[in-house]
Formats: sequence, structure tokens, C-alpha cells
Amino acid sequence: MKSFDYNRAASSADAAAHAKAGATIIAGGTNLLDLMKLEVMSPDSLVDINRLDLKEISTTDDGGLRIGALVTNSDLAAHETVRRDYEVLSRALLAGASGQLRNKATTGGNLLQRTRCGYFYDPAMPCNKREPGSGCQAMEGFNRILAILGTSEHCIATHPSDMAVAMMALDAEVEIETADGSTRTVALDDLYVLPGDTPHIETILQPGDLITAVILPRSKPATHLYRKVRDRSSYAFALVSVAAVVSVEGGKIASAKLAFGGLAPKPWRNRAVEDALIGQEPSMSLFDKAADILLADAQGHGANDFKIPLARRTLKAVLRSATETAQ
Amino acid sequence: MTLKTTLTVNDQEHDLDADPRTSLLDALRHHLGLTGSKKGCDHGQCGACTIIINGRRINSCLTLACMHDGDKITTIEGIGTPEALSAMQDAFVRNDGFQCGYCTSGQICSATAMLDEVKDGWPSNVTEALEGDLELTDAEISERMSGNLCRCSAYPGIVKAIREASKEDQR
Repeated sequence: MKSFDYNRAASSADAAAHAKAGATIIAGGTNLLDLMKLEVMSPDSLVDINRLDLKEISTTDDGGLRIGALVTNSDLAAHETVRRDYEVLSRALLAGASGQLRNKATTGGNLLQRTRCGYFYDPAMPCNKREPGSGCQAMEGFNRILAILGTSEHCIATHPSDMAVAMMALDAEVEIETADGSTRTVALDDLYVLPGDTPHIETILQPGDLITAVILPRSKPATHLYRKVRDRSSYAFALVSVAAVVSVEGGKIASAKLAFGGLAPKPWRNRAVEDALIGQEPSMSLFDKAADILLADAQGHGANDFKIPLARRTLKAVLRSATETAQ
Repeated sequence: MTLKTTLTVNDQEHDLDADPRTSLLDALRHHLGLTGSKKGCDHGQCGACTIIINGRRINSCLTLACMHDGDKITTIEGIGTPEALSAMQDAFVRNDGFQCGYCTSGQICSATAMLDEVKDGWPSNVTEALEGDLELTDAEISERMSGNLCRCSAYPGIVKAIREASKEDQR
């Protein structure tokens, strides 16, 4: 690991000032320190935000939930309100990582974790994300775990989070404090940017921006499901995952919020898929039509071709379970 | 550059003056001489370095010592001694919960804190209903312990030991 300066932030303004001056923010550190050991990331300076007062989960004025950026994945998964009203989020968190990692990993850090693409993780390999312009070996290499949607000719990395997939289906917003002290809120969908020809840029965050909370809108009655398909049944990243928040009224799908993990450089949501379902009677042919829309632009790179039919089957299975339960 | 940190390990305070790069695991092993916590992968994948901080189990290889000033740290040395084994340690001995023993201190720290998570009502990925009572089935134990690998594959003994210790815990 390269050497670095270490500072402990006294306040969020202090953290932002350090970050604006070039420091990398460290919270749980479970991904950042791993990357620093491999020298995939080599910050000159770290600012530790763990002592900041961002560990609260509270109800918002309109009945939603405000989750402080330093709430651990464990505490969030076990929180009474999350288990009762945002089940898909508890389920996604519990499907991710291990007990030890969930105790350390934070809400903000989970959103900003980096891809687990083997080429990104290996400094001996070219990687457009790690070293812009150096090329991408994954395109024709070991790409079994990599993306089929939202990719570019420069990068096919996936976003590895389960938590963010559930939050995407829950219409989450991200609260960001900027270095000038102001606060802005963006939809989680808008936090991430697709790789295009700048795969090293993953979010809209600017130096000095600090995620302070994730805000979930008030929960409405619906069936919540999170289904994760992976190579072993615990402690593995998703090959495909589907988060579904679905309700059925009078035999027809009244609402359907669907987000996907393991398929794209960001937690993936496609409103056209949902629009095709709403107002319709649940049926396997309808679910096939939804999968057609989801996968219309899907592109495999050889070893990950299997994700296209796997995503179809997983979506159909989830929709069948969700609509059967909801009726 | 070095940093001064006070680590409270097994109820004893230690003053550490170390490079900020020092992982908590390296601080425990190399600076404080507490070699019970083991370094397996050094990347948070194997669980051999599991310790308990403020009552919760974590991978000590994936955190910096300087981040834990004032935290209450428990290592395997603080869980029991050869003369006075904890119930979990005793159950591991009686149920062949290890073969080579390298992963064992991590397994025992992890299992000890895991039982507290169960007592707090935390669900797991295999828990049927997110609300309501929890039953610590073998499937629950395996899921909750998936962050601890055993290359000797002593898993049947590990699960049996934890099951037994969890019952003693309830008495």
C-alpha cells in the first residue's frame, strides 16, 4: 500500500474541505482498503468520516425514511421499519457480503463501491476505468460476471451492490452536502453515470461532495421481492438480481417497480418494462413481453452471454411470484 | 509519518504509534503481540482475522488501526484462556470444530458475536419471515457463518459446536 496522510473529520464541512483538497473519504473502508492494498487506488490523503453524526435512521415529514450515510448495512437490514415497510431492502442487504462485512460497510460507501471486474482489480492489466485510455481486456477476456446492458466499447463493468438495486426499486434519493455547505438531493438513478467513453467517471459527485443520507419515500402496500442468482448460495456477488415492488388490484397489475443487479454498470431500472406491465393481467406471455423490452439492447461478450436468458428467466419467475402473492 | 492511537483490547489500553497504513490486524499481531487473530487472505474474504469491536464482529484486516481510537476491541485472547474456555471454545473442542486450527480463532470470535446478533433478533438471508421469532437452524448457522472459510472443511463440526453453544447460551 502506498503511504497516505490520515485526518479525522471533525464535521461534515471539515470532511468536505479535505475532500475538495483531494482527500479520499473513508467510511467502512471494506472496499477502499482492499483496493488500496492492491494499489488499484492510491490516495495521497484519507479523511475518516466515521465519527460524524450520520448514523441515524429517522422518519421524514411525509412518512418516508431518512437513512444516514454511516448507517451500517447490518443495522439497516435489521431496522424494524425497514423490515416491515421496505422488505426488499432488508432482503437485498442480507443477500450481500458476509456478517462481518455488513457490520462495517456503510450506506454511503455501499453506493460508491467499485466494480469487481477482475481486470479493474489487476494493476498489471489495461483497464479504461483504472487507467483511462489504456484499453479493456475484459471485452474478449474473462467476462462471465460482467455487464450486458448500459455498456460501451470502453467498459463492460458491473456495479456490484445489492442494496442499491433495492433502493432503486424504492425510488430512493441521495442527499449530498457540497463543499460550500449547501445540500442537494438527486434521484439515485441520477447519481450514477454510464461509462460511455469516460468509464473512470462513475457518478455525478464532485470533489468535496459528501453523501449524507439516502431518503426513501413513504412505503405503499405492495409485495416486495429480491431474488439473487449467484454461483454459490451465500457470500457471492450477483450474476443477475431482481428487486421487485409490485401490487395487483382487481386482477390487474396496479404498480410495478423493478430494478436489476449484475446486468449493468449501475443498478438498472427501465421504466418501459414497468409501463408494459401496469394495467395488465399477469400472465407468462406478458412477463415475456416485459423481458423483451428489458433485454432489447442486451449485448453479451461471450462468457457472459448466458446472462441474457438468465435475466429473462429470473424476471419472469419474480413477476410470477410477486403477482401470485399480491393477489 | 506515524499516528498515535489508543487501542482498548480485551479491557487493556495500549498506546500505539504506527504508520497510518497499519491494519488493525497487523497492529494486534505485530505491535501488541496478540497473535491469536490470524491473517488468511488479508482481503476480507476468509474471516480468519475476525474480531469483535463494540460488540460486533468485523474483519480486522479491512480496517485501519488508527480508525479505532477508543473502541472496545475483543480478540480470541479476550474470549477465553486454555484454563478457562468460553462455552463456544469448549464446544469447538468437544465437537471437532477444527482440524489444522488456522481459521479457528476467527470462527470462534465470529460465532460468539453471531449469537448476539441472533439474540438481537437480526434476520438472515435464509430467515423465512423478517418479523417474528428466530430459530437458529443449521441452515441459519451456515448462512450467518459464510464469512468464515475453513480449508480443512470442518464445517459439520463447526455447525454442531455453534448449535451446542447456542443452547448453553439460552440456559
